[in-house]
Amino acid sequence: MPKELIKGNIAFAEAAIRSGLQAYFGYPITPQTEALEWMSQRMPELGRAFVQAESELAAVNMVYGAACTGARVMSSSSSPGVSLMMEGMSYIAATEVPMVLVDVVRGGPGLGNIAPAQGDYNQIVHGGGHGDYHPIVLAPASVQELIDLTAQAFDLAEKYRAIVVVLIDGSLGQMMEPAELPPMRPVRSSVPEWAVHGAHERPRRILTSIYINPPDMETLNMRLLRRWERIKAAEVRCREYYLDDARFAVVGFGTAGRIALSAVRMARAEGIPVGLLRPITVSPFPDAAVSELARQMDGLLVVEMNSGQMLEDVLINTQGRTRVEFYGRTGGMVPLPDEVLEEIRRLAKSADSSVQAEGHPRDRWLHRMKDLNL
Amino acid sequence: MTTLDNQIEQIVYSRPASFTDATTHYCPGCTHGIAHRLVAEVIDEMGLRERTIGVASVGCSAFSYNYFDVDFVEAPHGRAPAMATGIKRVLPDNIVFTYQGDGDMMSIGTAEITHAAARSENITVIFVNNANFAMTGGQMAPTTLPGQKTSSSVHGRDTRQSGFPVRAAEMLATLDGASYVVRRSLHDPKNIRKAKKAIRLAFETQVRGLGFSMVELLSTCPTNWGLSPKEALEWVEEMMVPYYPLNDMKVHPEIANLSNERTGG
Repeated sequence: MPKELIKGNIAFAEAAIRSGLQAYFGYPITPQTEALEWMSQRMPELGRAFVQAESELAAVNMVYGAACTGARVMSSSSSPGVSLMMEGMSYIAATEVPMVLVDVVRGGPGLGNIAPAQGDYNQIVHGGGHGDYHPIVLAPASVQELIDLTAQAFDLAEKYRAIVVVLIDGSLGQMMEPAELPPMRPVRSSVPEWAVHGAHERPRRILTSIYINPPDMETLNMRLLRRWERIKAAEVRCREYYLDDARFAVVGFGTAGRIALSAVRMARAEGIPVGLLRPITVSPFPDAAVSELARQMDGLLVVEMNSGQMLEDVLINTQGRTRVEFYGRTGGMVPLPDEVLEEIRRLAKSADSSVQAEGHPRDRWLHRMKDLNL
Repeated sequence: MTTLDNQIEQIVYSRPASFTDATTHYCPGCTHGIAHRLVAEVIDEMGLRERTIGVASVGCSAFSYNYFDVDFVEAPHGRAPAMATGIKRVLPDNIVFTYQGDGDMMSIGTAEITHAAARSENITVIFVNNANFAMTGGQMAPTTLPGQKTSSSVHGRDTRQSGFPVRAAEMLATLDGASYVVRRSLHDPKNIRKAKKAIRLAFETQVRGLGFSMVELLSTCPTNWGLSPKEALEWVEEMMVPYYPLNDMKVHPEIANLSNERTGG
């Protein structure tokens, strides 16, 4: 397919349609609304299911119902709407049915604003809904990657009967870039052996998240956890840039990772041996890759559009083996490459000065932010 | 049973084929069992068992999926109409029904039921109204009558503090999307027969693709009302029926004709 100039929200919607999406249920919320608008037109013209639900609560439960039939189904929303979906996602996880969600994160907490942010990392990566479960979370950094990962999200969700969240932010949803859409795949006609479809010439099937006897609920929890261990072993993905000869590494996902890449290139031009690790799966997290960085690098810089949520997942892996610094902007503010470059320079200088870093990287960052009157 | 017995006996009453062999968990005197049986009989009579998908709710009816021999899913509290929407939109040829209590449908699930009706989702809702949150031990529900004592309105529902009951059938019948909305009661055999006919017409509404159908069933809760089963039936007749009149709030013309043909009216 030729490349075309396409907006992120429309790109993932059309990518999902071409991946054999059978049903979409959603609710308007900025900055993801273009996806819902696109679906409202495309799904009916293809004879597929579309409902603009009365709320995100209803939308996620429509997804739940359709997922129970084995249909390829998705929703998309943004931070406050995704908070409402957390109820349904816990039920979906417990019922072991596949679901894909695109979360176009905006500034928060609360009503917040409609600017790009990564403040929902903990909510999405570390659960969000009640109970023990783990979604697979994919974090693209360009419209092309958003298209590719959305298409793959359905296969992952169905392979593991799990929730897959494509975690982007308002800038990627709104950005137009040249990108190639996948070819149209036919809608699957087979029905999974676990799906409800009517008890025709077979025993009835029940899909539920109730396990009223605690031993049965524990069995489910252990099954989910063992499946998660398989996912961790097989599905971790990240991208490395300029790491071969690097002494320092930046770690960032999504848009923050992309901005960091610009800063890394600028630092390289100044002769600083720095590279970038950009997790593609933030869940499962690339533990081994970060652990390896901790072993090899003289220092790491974690860059996020939040106050250091992924930072904690990095620190679990570095275990004090290398210096870790953090730089973030919050509430819908986006770091500029120059800001990240300055942090890279500071990291390189301080690592060479052999002055020990005191306290938590977030505390040092907070202290530095006073210079910006923040 | 001997061969001779088989020749002499004629079975006039048996367990519906759409029922499993499970014994229900419902309390003695609770009319959930009757409501279940009526739904199962209608599914049998219309030959729908193999293409029916039930959606259970949260409350005493949470385990209703144990009793129907059809495919079933279990919805989060109040969300059964949304889940049913998701199922029906991808499987329009299947028969989809929700089975919900009054706490589930008229408290936490008010938005979902209202918009399912407004969209004229082609689903059937069995709404069991027993005027309290029964599963959690008899708390006040939106359907609790003024002055009715519950564990969270121990001096009787004070309308100055907690407002007035919701008449779900009347409210939903105001929506253009609602095609068949009626209220029936399960307090005596005559009303039970009328309830079954209404359930049949509700499923006929869906089979004919006419849109949203709901039957509200006034039901007993002797355990939480603190009444004997017999007293509970009398309480439905004397206290609930006057507040919740047994009417046809909305009947699609095609279903009205069908109803008249069947009764010869």
